[in-house]
Amino acid sequence: MRTLPPYATTGERIWFYTFRVICFAIFFFLLAPILIMIPLSFNAQPFFTFTREMLTLNPDGWSLRWYQDLFGSDSWMRSIRNSFLIGIAATILATTLGTLAALGLSRSQMPFKGLIMGILISPMIVPLIISAAGMFFFFSSINIAQTFTGVILAHTALGVPFVVITVTATLVGFDHSLTRAAANLGASPTRTFFKITMPLILPGVISGALFAFITSFDEIVIVLFVAGVEQRTIPREMWSGIREQISPTILAVASILVLVSIALLTTVELLRRRSERMRGLSPG
Amino acid sequence: MKQRSLKVIGAGSALSLLALGAAQAAEDPVRLTIVSWGGAYTASQVRAYHEPWMEMNPHVTIINDDGSANALASLRAQSQAGNVTWDLVDMLPSDAQLACDEGIILQIDHDAMLAAAPDGTPASEDFLPGSLGECFIPQIVYSTIISFNTEMFPEDAMPQSIADFFDTEGFPGRRAIQDRPAANLEWALYADGVAIEDIYDVLATPEGVDRAFAKLDTIKDELVFWTEGAQAPQLLADQEVAFATGYNGRIFDASEVEGQPFEIIWDGQIVEWDGWVVPADGPNVDAVMEYLYFATDTQRLADQAKFISYGPARASSAPLVSTHADLGIDMIPHMPTNPDNYFSPIVLDNDFWTDYGDELRERFANWMLQ
Amino acid sequence: MAQADAGGIPTASEHEPRRKLVTADGTPLKRALQRAERRRVLAAFGLVAPLLIFLLTVFIFPIGQMMWRSVDNPQVVNALPNTLQALRGWDGQDVPGEAVFAALHADYMADQDRPRREQAMGPLGIRLNYELSAARGAISRTGRNVDTFEAPFREAFLDAHRLWGDPALWRVIQREGRPLTAAYYVAALDREYDADGNIVQRDENRRIYVSLYGRTLALSLGITFLTFLLGFPIAYYMSILPMRQANLLMICVLLPFWTSLLVRTTAWIVLLQQQGVINTLLVSVGIIGDDGRLSLIYNMTGTIIAMTHILLPFMVLPLYSVMRTIPPSYMRAAKSLGATPTTAFRRVYFPQTLPGIGAGAVLVFIISIGYYITPALVGGQSGRMISNEIARHMQQSLNWGLAAALGTMLLVGVLILYWAYNKLVGADTLKLG
Repeated sequence: MRTLPPYATTGERIWFYTFRVICFAIFFFLLAPILIMIPLSFNAQPFFTFTREMLTLNPDGWSLRWYQDLFGSDSWMRSIRNSFLIGIAATILATTLGTLAALGLSRSQMPFKGLIMGILISPMIVPLIISAAGMFFFFSSINIAQTFTGVILAHTALGVPFVVITVTATLVGFDHSLTRAAANLGASPTRTFFKITMPLILPGVISGALFAFITSFDEIVIVLFVAGVEQRTIPREMWSGIREQISPTILAVASILVLVSIALLTTVELLRRRSERMRGLSPG
Repeated sequence: MKQRSLKVIGAGSALSLLALGAAQAAEDPVRLTIVSWGGAYTASQVRAYHEPWMEMNPHVTIINDDGSANALASLRAQSQAGNVTWDLVDMLPSDAQLACDEGIILQIDHDAMLAAAPDGTPASEDFLPGSLGECFIPQIVYSTIISFNTEMFPEDAMPQSIADFFDTEGFPGRRAIQDRPAANLEWALYADGVAIEDIYDVLATPEGVDRAFAKLDTIKDELVFWTEGAQAPQLLADQEVAFATGYNGRIFDASEVEGQPFEIIWDGQIVEWDGWVVPADGPNVDAVMEYLYFATDTQRLADQAKFISYGPARASSAPLVSTHADLGIDMIPHMPTNPDNYFSPIVLDNDFWTDYGDELRERFANWMLQ
Repeated sequence: MAQADAGGIPTASEHEPRRKLVTADGTPLKRALQRAERRRVLAAFGLVAPLLIFLLTVFIFPIGQMMWRSVDNPQVVNALPNTLQALRGWDGQDVPGEAVFAALHADYMADQDRPRREQAMGPLGIRLNYELSAARGAISRTGRNVDTFEAPFREAFLDAHRLWGDPALWRVIQREGRPLTAAYYVAALDREYDADGNIVQRDENRRIYVSLYGRTLALSLGITFLTFLLGFPIAYYMSILPMRQANLLMICVLLPFWTSLLVRTTAWIVLLQQQGVINTLLVSVGIIGDDGRLSLIYNMTGTIIAMTHILLPFMVLPLYSVMRTIPPSYMRAAKSLGATPTTAFRRVYFPQTLPGIGAGAVLVFIISIGYYITPALVGGQSGRMISNEIARHMQQSLNWGLAAALGTMLLVGVLILYWAYNKLVGADTLKLG
C-alpha cells in the first residue's frame, strides 16, 4: 500500500487517500497542541487565543513580555535552578547505581534474576501516587522530607529503571569474549571496564541517563508530596500556575521546555543509531 | 620574624573571630517559614507584616509557603516525624482547634504574648468576641460570598440574592462552587426558605441534610467545582462560569485591582475568622513570638486592610482602616463587616462542622461524583 | 556462558581421563571451579547490591510501611486500656455501667499526666470519628473539663456529651479496641458495620469507592481503546514507509513522548477552555454561537482527550516495532490466493500484530489506571479517578488509613496487570523511544 498499483479499483483508490488523510490527522493531533503554544507565548495580550493583531502579523500583537516576566521572576528562576540541581544529582546517582546493576544482571551467574529485575523496575510500575504517599511518610520519619536530599533520593529511585533497561539492552548484544581477551592480555578489571566495556555500553548509559534526567525534570507527584517550598521545581511551579492563575508566562516556560525536549530527543535518536551501528544490528 | 608574624596574624584572626561571634550573637540570621494561602492574601501579609518586620530586623528572612490548604496534614506529618520545619501557619479556627486538641500547635496566652491595644485594653478583650481560640490568634474576619461576572447578565437583570443563584431559569449560566460542603449546604437551606438562625439546627437532622442536597440537585447540571481560592476569580474571568462562590478579598482583588467586571452578592455572606497558629517544636519559636507580637498589633492588622478587603480582628483596628495602598479607594465599603454588607450574614458554626464535618464531606464528595 | 568461561581453563581430560584434575598450583580443578563460580556470583551480586539496597530502603520499604497503615490501629488501645478491660463483659446492647465510666475517667486522667505530645486522646477522637460522626467532638469536649468530674462518673459523662449515652459509640470502641483493624478496607469497599457487627452495604448516598474504581476502570479501558484506534493506523502507515521517511514521522510520536506532562496538559487547557483556541475557532467559523461555547474541559471529556494524547506514544511504539517485523509478502500471498484486501488484513495481517497490541494496551492501561496529574488539572469532578481520591484522603480529609487501603487495592490491581504483561511480552523487552 506504499504506492498505488496501476490496476487499483476506485474503491482502493478512495481508501488509499482516505487512509493517508486519517493518518495525517492523527499526526496533527499529536503535534499541533504542543507546537501551538510557541506562537501563543509571544502574545502581547494576556489571552490564550490568537488576537486579531497576531493573525494580521501586526508587530504590536506580538511581544516578549511573558519571557521578560519569566526571567524577571524570582520564583520561576529558583524553580529552574532547583529542577536542574535535582535532575542532575538524581541522574548521576541513578546512572551510577543503574549501570552497575545492569552489568551485574547481565552476568549469567546472577542468582534470582527475575525477582531482582522485578524490584529494580518496580518504581516504573507502581502508580506515582502510591510511591509518593509511601515516601511522604517514610521521608518524614527520617527527617528528609522537605529537603533536597529527599527529593533527589526519590527521583533517583524513579530514574533507575530506565537506566537498568537501556543499559541491559545494550548488553544483550555485548560480546563477553572482548573483556576476557582484555583480561588475558593483562588488563586490570578497572582498565578493562573503562577501555572495553564502557565505550560499548556508553550509548545505553547516556540514553538511560537522559531518561533518568527527563523523568526527574518532568516529575511532579513526588514533588507535591515530598518537597517543601524551597525545593519547588519547574513542574511544581507550573502546577500552581495552572491551578491558580494561568498567565501566558506558563506558555513561555512550556515553549522553552518543548525546545529542551526537542534537543533531548535528537540526542537520544543519534545515540540509538550510533549504538545500533556499532553493534551491527542495523545498517543505520 | 616568621613566628612573630604568625602570632600577630593569629591574634588578629582570633580578634576578628571574636568580633564576628559577638555580631552573630546579636543578630544570628533567622529564616522563618510562614505558611499561608497564597495569591492576593499572602501578598497582603507580605506588605503589611513581613516587609516592615524584615526592615526592622535585617537578620530575619521570611520565606512564604502557600501550603495552608493542606496545613493540618503537613503539620501532623511533621509532628509525627519530630521534624517541624514550619514556623508559623495561617489556618482556619476549626482546623486550629483540631490541631490544638492533638497537641501539635502551641497554646497561646493571649494577654502575655500579644500586644495590648494603644489605649491599654488587653489583647483578650481587644480581639472581637468569640474570635480567640486556645491555640489560635485571629487576624481577619473574611466572608465566603457569591459573585458574578456582570458581562454575562443584561444590565437590568443582575442577580441580587442567594435565591437568584439557585434560579437557573431566571439567571442562566454555569456556577462554580467549592468542592466541599461548608457554605454550600448553608446556602442551599437559606435559598430553600430556612431562616438564618435555624440553618444549623435544620442541618443537624437527616431530613435537613436531604433537603439541602435536594436543593443543590436543582442546579447540579450547571455546577463546576473549584478547590483553591484563586481558581474562583479565574473561572469567572475566563467566563467559564457566570457565578462563582469565593472569598470576598480575592474577588475584591480581581475586580478592583485587576479591573475584572465582578460584583459581590452580600446576601447570605458566610462569615468566619482566619488567623495564626504556632507549630509546637518549631525551629525558631522565640523569633516567631517576637514577630507575632508585632504582626498582630492594632496598627498592623489595620494595615493589612490597605491591601485586601478583610476586616481586622481587633476592635481597636477598625477606626484605623483607611484607603487601599495602591488604588487609594476607601476600603470600608468593601469590608464584610460594613453594615451595608452585613445585613444577612451567616456566621459559620465551627462546632457544627467539627461534629458533622466528616460525614457531610463524605456525602458531598459522593454527591459530586454521582 | 558458564561453559564458555570454563573453556578458558586448560584441561587435559581428553588425554588422561582417570587422573584427578588439578590447576597449575595443585588445587583440585573441581574445587577451583566452584570457588571461581562462587566468586563470580558474588561479584555479580556485588554489582547489583548497591542499587538493590537503595531501592529496598527508599522505595519498597516506604510502600510496605504505607500499606501497613491500612490495618494499623493503635489509637484505641493506646488511649483506653482501662476502659477496654472494663468493657470485656459488656453485652453490646445498653449503655455500659459505672465501672466502665470510672475506667474511662481513669484513662482520661492518665492521659492528662502524659507530656502533651504523647497524649492519646486527640488521635483517639480522630480515629473514632472515621467510624462515627461527632465522636471527635465528644472526646475533645469532654476532655476539657474531665478533671472536675466526680463519682458517679456515669452521669457526669452523660451530661458532658450526648454520645456517651449512645451504645453505637461503645460498640465502635469495643470493635476497634485491638491493634489491627479491617475497618479501612470495609470503608474502601463502601461497607460498614451494623449494630450486630455484621458487614453491610452503606446507604446509597454514601457509596463512593466501588463506583469510582468502576469509573477508573472504564475510563482507562476507554482511553486504551482510543489510543489503539488512533495508534494502529499511524503505526501501520509508518511500518510500510521506507525507513528514512518513517523515522521522520516517528519524530511526531517521540516529541510528545519527550515533552513535559505539565506542558502537554497546559496545551490542552489552552485549546479546550471556553475562551480557548478551539471554541474561538468554532465561533468565528460560525459552527457554534458565542453563547453556545462547548464545555470541553474540567469534565470527563477533558480527561479523555488529554490522556489519550499523552498516552498515545506508549501504544504506537510497541505496535510499530511489531509491525516492522511482519513481512509484506504475507499480505501479497493472501491476496494472490484470492482473499479480498479486507479478508487478507483481518485473517493474515491483524493476528500478527496482536503481541504489539497486547503490549501497548497493557502499558497504556497500567499507566492510566494510576493517573493523577491530568485528571486533577483538567478533569473537574466527572473526570476524577481513584488516584485523586487517594490524594484527597492524604492531604485534605487526612484519613491516612483509608488512603492506604485504597492505595493498596490499586497497587495490587496494577501488580496483577503487570504480571500479566510480563507473561505476555516480558518486561525487559520494553522499548524506550
